[in-house]
Amino acid sequence: MEALLKVESVVKTFPGVKALDGVNLNIYQGEIHTLLGENGAGKSTLMNVLNGLYSPDSGTLRINGQPYIFRSPKDSIKAGIGMVHQHFMLVYNNTVFENILLAVSDLPFWLDKKKLRTRIKEILDRFSLHIELDEPIRKLSIGQQQWVELVKLLIRDCKVLILDEPTAVLTPQESDRLFGFLKQFKEEGRSVIFISHKMREVMELSDRVTVLKKGTTVKELIRGEFDETVLAGLMIGTDEIPVWEKDRKEFKETVLSIEHLFADKEKNMSDLIDFSLELRKGEILGIAGVAGNGQKTLAEVLTGLKPPVSGKIYAAGKDITNSDSRKAYIAGIAHVPEDRKSMGIAPEMSVDENLILKSYKEKPFRKFIFQNFKAIKENAEKQIADFAIKAGPKGTPIRLLSGGNIQKVIIARELSMRPSVLVALYPTRGLDMGSAEYVHKVIMDARKDDMSTIVISEDLDELLKLSDRIAVMFRGRITGIVEPEHTSREEIGLLMSGEAAQ
Amino acid sequence: MIRFEKRKDASKLFTAVAPFMSVLFALLTAALIMLFAGINPIAAYAGMIKESLGSFYGVSETLVKSTPLILTGLGVSIAFRMKIWNIGADGQLYMGAMGASYVALYSGLTGITGIAVMLFAAAVAGGLWAGVSGFLKAKANVNEIIVTLLMNYIAIAWVSYLVYGPWKDPSGFNFPLTPRFSPDLVLSTFFNTRLHTGFIIALALVAIVYIFMEKTVWGYEIKVIGNNPKAAKYAGISIDRKIIGVMFLSGALAGIAGFGEVAGVQGRLQEGISHGYGYTAIIVAWLAGRSAIGVLVVSVIMAVILVGGDSLQILMQLPVAFVNLFQGLILFFILASDFFIQNRPVIKRSGK
Repeated sequence: MEALLKVESVVKTFPGVKALDGVNLNIYQGEIHTLLGENGAGKSTLMNVLNGLYSPDSGTLRINGQPYIFRSPKDSIKAGIGMVHQHFMLVYNNTVFENILLAVSDLPFWLDKKKLRTRIKEILDRFSLHIELDEPIRKLSIGQQQWVELVKLLIRDCKVLILDEPTAVLTPQESDRLFGFLKQFKEEGRSVIFISHKMREVMELSDRVTVLKKGTTVKELIRGEFDETVLAGLMIGTDEIPVWEKDRKEFKETVLSIEHLFADKEKNMSDLIDFSLELRKGEILGIAGVAGNGQKTLAEVLTGLKPPVSGKIYAAGKDITNSDSRKAYIAGIAHVPEDRKSMGIAPEMSVDENLILKSYKEKPFRKFIFQNFKAIKENAEKQIADFAIKAGPKGTPIRLLSGGNIQKVIIARELSMRPSVLVALYPTRGLDMGSAEYVHKVIMDARKDDMSTIVISEDLDELLKLSDRIAVMFRGRITGIVEPEHTSREEIGLLMSGEAAQ
Repeated sequence: MIRFEKRKDASKLFTAVAPFMSVLFALLTAALIMLFAGINPIAAYAGMIKESLGSFYGVSETLVKSTPLILTGLGVSIAFRMKIWNIGADGQLYMGAMGASYVALYSGLTGITGIAVMLFAAAVAGGLWAGVSGFLKAKANVNEIIVTLLMNYIAIAWVSYLVYGPWKDPSGFNFPLTPRFSPDLVLSTFFNTRLHTGFIIALALVAIVYIFMEKTVWGYEIKVIGNNPKAAKYAGISIDRKIIGVMFLSGALAGIAGFGEVAGVQGRLQEGISHGYGYTAIIVAWLAGRSAIGVLVVSVIMAVILVGGDSLQILMQLPVAFVNLFQGLILFFILASDFFIQNRPVIKRSGK
């Protein structure tokens, strides 16, 4: 049987990163096809190619054997491909009906609302969905909003449906309903591309699985050929767990202890629920978990950007949760933010100025009310040399630097404050190998100086390599704490999916 | 098909030349309009230059006009640096004028103390007026553009009320004017022209604002907030307080412009003291690239256009609207050039 949608050796390069390096993907009619891979394996890039958002550097895209070139999402829609993004593309103040209309491509100038309504009603009935068409989107639950996204695609009569981690935001009951829908959708002879990290879902739904790793296709398997162990093995790779030459250390002192912490959620993210954790002096504590399970909230609470709702944080035995001492203490916590470009830097300002973003008020950089430009310049020269930052000519706005160099600036700045605790979110995400290696080395070096680090990452290799202990998070709780020497990827994977209680 | 792509790196030369190019384009476009109106544009432009720069008196008039532009321009620039759009400098100027006038008319202070207190009152009045929108922006995220703009009309209405009502000169034949300030509360002028000490104050404030923005820790904070508020929050800068503070400073500078107009030019409070300086200040700040020194230079250039434009009314019988049109053209072309600095046109063949 010929594949309905065939992706052949597609390559897509971004400055400094080869996101896709000859990917193959075959989607057949009437199947649910799961795409598996760690973060950074190229799933999102591949989906954006299918979406028409990115045009590939090379490789071909065939639909029913015909080569296609997508210049924009419009072309992709025309070809019958639709996607439900992780972050919904909905107009929150408009009604469900109005949002669905946005998806109808051949709208006449005069709207025949009655006819369109019946058309939408038909679809809702066909899949026995219950959505009030005149409610504004913002009043709907996340699960219902997802249905609206799906109806938008159904009304376009789309043949290939892409779902990017659809269950990340759903309750188990909502997920079950979604799966029922997907199976019915498949029965109608349409195809689904399903992206998920949760093994149970993958096992339940998939007719076929393609595993991606580092921008290439590792393997394509059909139902019966795979089980959880096989998939986890393929996804993570068979190579040995790389263990960094760590000097063994005895950890005695507790630097930071978090007890029964609750914190409010960000949009679509889990909050922290009864979260407890201890960080010991000089250790690197890895936090594993699928993004959106409360890691970001944790980092923000620790660095003072978000107040906790309840619970206690102790620093060296002293309660710093809500007292004024918290501010002073937070000054000793360095923070490498998740979103380095939108939070970590002032993009139009120079590297020199960005290097003092956190310490511009401190002694050498300030003289009375004035900035000490000499000290700022000397500091910049030293950091640029120490961290081998390619900063360009003097005064270059930092946004023109590569991602790796921007990250080096941020890390240089954070470490130059000689913090007692460093909270690093996805410190090497999107960096090339060399820069990533360098970042790791810097964190390891700081460990020698007894700095404690919390590394939040989705890259298991990274965590296994760096961490003294790894805590796994799922939906705002810790599902387990393991030691890299005495664990397996499978164990961590299961903890990440929240399936193995301790 | 022409598409626009974001430039990776805007060339320095192009960025520097672009504002001047836009003035040039504005001049050319205005020339075209003049041609349609049956006026020789070359003669008109020559007349403008001659009237505004060709004589000692002309230069002094240009500097008189540039004074409120410098002050309001500085105010607007400070706010723009933080990406706060204060388009209410005109109203803040009126409030400053009102504050200064109150002191001059009712405080009984005299001499240098009186003038100092007038200056202070003007700065506080303008600052508080702008501070309202800063407060609303910081505490309730109310759009400052709308608030500052609408508060202009309120400020103007206040001044009208005062000059028609309680502050009206009883011996003024019912004209809507306050009494003249006592002579020792009027700023001294130079060389028998209308150029007054306010210009010197403006120059001093250019230097102070320059140092404030470029050399101090606060200037740095303002830059960071303007550049990326998220990064500012992450760096521990309290954005709300800075917004209110910067808005206050911005309004205070515009208020001092009001002080200059009543104490230096008019010697009393009356309607229409501003001639839209607060709006021209937006053009000034934009052209100047939000730099204090730039504001000084651009203000003088704008003053040339204002004074020259006034003379065109007399020389060429052009309507006042023409000067406004001219300013509008300049702003329009500057905004366009800003777009071209950020983006570059790419011609792409359509089809497969």
